[in-house]
Amino acid sequence: MTATLLLIQALNGLQFGLILFLIAAGLTLVFGVMDFINLAHGVQYMVGAYLVAAFSAWTGNFGLALLLALPTALAFGLLLEVLIFRHLYDRDHLDQVLATFGVIVFLNQAVKFIWGAAPLNVPVPEIFSGSIEITDGLLYPVYRLVIIAAGLAVALLLYVLVSRTRVGMLVRAGATNPQMVSALGVNIQRLFMVVFGFGAMLAGFAGAMVAPILSVEPGMGDNILILAFVVIVIGGIGSIRGAFLAAILIGLVDTVGRSFAPNILRFFLDPATASQTGRAVAPMLIYIFMAAVLFFRPSGLFPAKR
Amino acid sequence: MTDIARMQSASIVPPAPRIERVPLILFGALAIAPFLAALSGAEGYVLSLLCRVMIFGLAALSLDLILGYGALVSFGHAAFLGIGGYAVGILASHGMEDALVQIPVALAASGLFAAITGTISLRTKGVYFIMITLAFGQMLFFLATSLAAYGGDDGLTLPSRSLLAGTTILKNDRVFYGFCFICLLGVYVLAREIVSSRFGRVLRGAKENPTRMEAIGFHPFRFQLLAYVISGMMAGLAGVLLANQAEFISPSFMTWQRSGELIFMVVLGGLGSLHGAIVGAAAFLLLEEFLPEILHLASFMLSSDLQSRLVENWKMVFGPVLILIVLFVRGGIMGLVPGGRHD
Amino acid sequence: MTKPLLELRNLRKNYGALIVTDDVSLSVPEGEVHAIIGPNGAGKTTLIHQISGLAPSGSGQVLFDGQDITGLRLHERARRGLARSFQITSVLPGFSALENVALAVQARSGSSYRLFGNAAREPDLNGPAMECLNLVGLGSRSHVLAGLLSHGEKRQLELAIALATEPKLLLLDEPLAGTGHEESRRVVEVLRRLRSRTTILLIEHDMEAVFSLADRISVLVYGRLIATGTPEQIRHNPEVRAAYLGEEEMA
Repeated sequence: MTATLLLIQALNGLQFGLILFLIAAGLTLVFGVMDFINLAHGVQYMVGAYLVAAFSAWTGNFGLALLLALPTALAFGLLLEVLIFRHLYDRDHLDQVLATFGVIVFLNQAVKFIWGAAPLNVPVPEIFSGSIEITDGLLYPVYRLVIIAAGLAVALLLYVLVSRTRVGMLVRAGATNPQMVSALGVNIQRLFMVVFGFGAMLAGFAGAMVAPILSVEPGMGDNILILAFVVIVIGGIGSIRGAFLAAILIGLVDTVGRSFAPNILRFFLDPATASQTGRAVAPMLIYIFMAAVLFFRPSGLFPAKR
Repeated sequence: MTDIARMQSASIVPPAPRIERVPLILFGALAIAPFLAALSGAEGYVLSLLCRVMIFGLAALSLDLILGYGALVSFGHAAFLGIGGYAVGILASHGMEDALVQIPVALAASGLFAAITGTISLRTKGVYFIMITLAFGQMLFFLATSLAAYGGDDGLTLPSRSLLAGTTILKNDRVFYGFCFICLLGVYVLAREIVSSRFGRVLRGAKENPTRMEAIGFHPFRFQLLAYVISGMMAGLAGVLLANQAEFISPSFMTWQRSGELIFMVVLGGLGSLHGAIVGAAAFLLLEEFLPEILHLASFMLSSDLQSRLVENWKMVFGPVLILIVLFVRGGIMGLVPGGRHD
Repeated sequence: MTKPLLELRNLRKNYGALIVTDDVSLSVPEGEVHAIIGPNGAGKTTLIHQISGLAPSGSGQVLFDGQDITGLRLHERARRGLARSFQITSVLPGFSALENVALAVQARSGSSYRLFGNAAREPDLNGPAMECLNLVGLGSRSHVLAGLLSHGEKRQLELAIALATEPKLLLLDEPLAGTGHEESRRVVEVLRRLRSRTTILLIEHDMEAVFSLADRISVLVYGRLIATGTPEQIRHNPEVRAAYLGEEEMA
């Protein structure tokens, strides 16, 4: 019984971790290549979710909505880059934090203005509804498996892009040594735009994918943004590989921790105290984990910069 | 050129401290405000708004101590507001309602939390420091949401304001205003003293050039840690006051957005002048308070329906205002006041 | 000869496959002015970093005043009397010249954890600081912000800061780097005045200055010490001449 529960929680953790990775990938690149802290990355996830909600209400088809949402999210990211972020690259981190904070305030209210404060629901696409039996007696929703598959596919795609293409090479070089890249005569402005737009689209994709299983509401990107920061800090800023591993770790620690912390504590404490303490400790686990990682490795697990 | 001329004309021993204009005006205004409030016909509202200004001014001031003088961008400072607030709430719900008990407990708890998290955070630099302080803030936020015995997500309404030495005088809004004023003034004077002390000089030096400081024998870490602890305790005091002002505590005291707002107040006022942080807090809160009113007035030509939608969504104006301030008002409000900055 | 103040034993440092300092052994007696010269890329600055504790050594030992300080960090070594200047000027630009030096005085006198009392008005800090500034010829510029000083003046300020820590050994990383002729003459003058007060180990490219200042000179080439001796011995050492052939004409 517990083994089944563990398997389900592990799958949930994996799914959550992959979503985190989609968000963190763009964040860590923007961070690594441009040395730019973008707090507004979380609202791009929210925008992705709202776009897919709006388009699927309009077209009645999730797949079509996704196809429309992705380029829109990309365009939106580029718009923000041109309007605001571009003017912040040569500012210090403090200014970047504050200006992008202003973007969050604006966009959280803007979606309320356009779509109202009430959460929106996006139906799970017809062909992926229902559950399948993975092992004996273990039913698992198909759509969540689709998210896992999509997340893994994007991770693979990203790996190929970063390690096999010319732009990918520039991105890797940029994360390690930005001065060198601009010294090579690369149009750094265009590289920034590409990275930025791509990151925004990935975050939008993550938001779009989770829209059918979460409620789409203002501020939904705020807390996941912090988790994405935890991921890239643990993984090492600028490292895609680090972000991937850290995202999966965080997804698993958080999901499995929440359901098992009380059980584990029961070995040490009486049941009532254990369940109470477990509930209190579980949401803190990933932060404790992060503190532990940074205590031993102040630049994360896979520091890209030397 | 004029800069150099001014430097050279200075004598060897710095001039005796002249009374500075900005803090004098600031504290003077806060001191006479309650008398004006009594005439305004909305005394309760004005006093409560100004109390909030002073409390957030205190929190922003505490942040300026490490941000403006130590370049430590703590993105988890709201956690200390929460610690102070929960110290009041938890103690009160166990029957310890006296501020003379609550404040020392709040200070000790804030100091302890700062010492532990600071020891880990200060090992990291730059962006990592921002992120790790943010994460510690979130950690405490989630801890608060899981404190079912003390209201969990919903928070906890205090039975009443804290007692002061067994008396209930803080229940009087004017007395409470005075109490906040004294706390703010006291912390301001203390912070000014710290900044110009030997300790403060090392802290400022470590901000400018840590390697140079090590080369003459200082280990910046210890100084930064102590500053972080002091700053955390000051913010904890602000938390005690905030809980009393709202007569309520909840995890929303320590969201990361709140930490972001505190940073904004400091930058808005102007980094590294202490009173600038108070001015920044005032500007921020008053803007937040009156922006809907201003929008209402400014949009008189629109239909009443549009007008009310605009007022309701005032944050859509507030966000861009924040962005424009960052982009165009460098040096904050203190940078605009002639002679408003000192180092 | 007096006992060695600084002794390096088989110091080595590599960045990956690149060996930067290789088996460097050297002993500097108290009171000596010792110069290390060598062509560009010889590992001189790395060696200074290893001695001062800014960069850890791969292997070998640094002995200072009879004690092994290999494992100590920059600030701990500074506390033991090992002061250094930097090749790229490293002062506190937002502090006045006086405050820069007073901070160094503060590092060795009394607690720096005092939270009260205006440090800028402490005569016990400003007095000795002023003395150091006068010694390097910056007395009249004491209230200028360090960031506004000329390049040569910053070099002088660096010396004053290092002096103010009352070091037993002064490590100078190219004290003349980037100075004009007039400025460099002034710095050399200051260094000459300092030799009676402290032991000096310096790296310098200006051969004229090195040969006129140093009691002994060591030559570092590709991370190895190829010769140590008096200026006269070094001048006539064939290996040294070979190493410098084509680099620059020796004085």
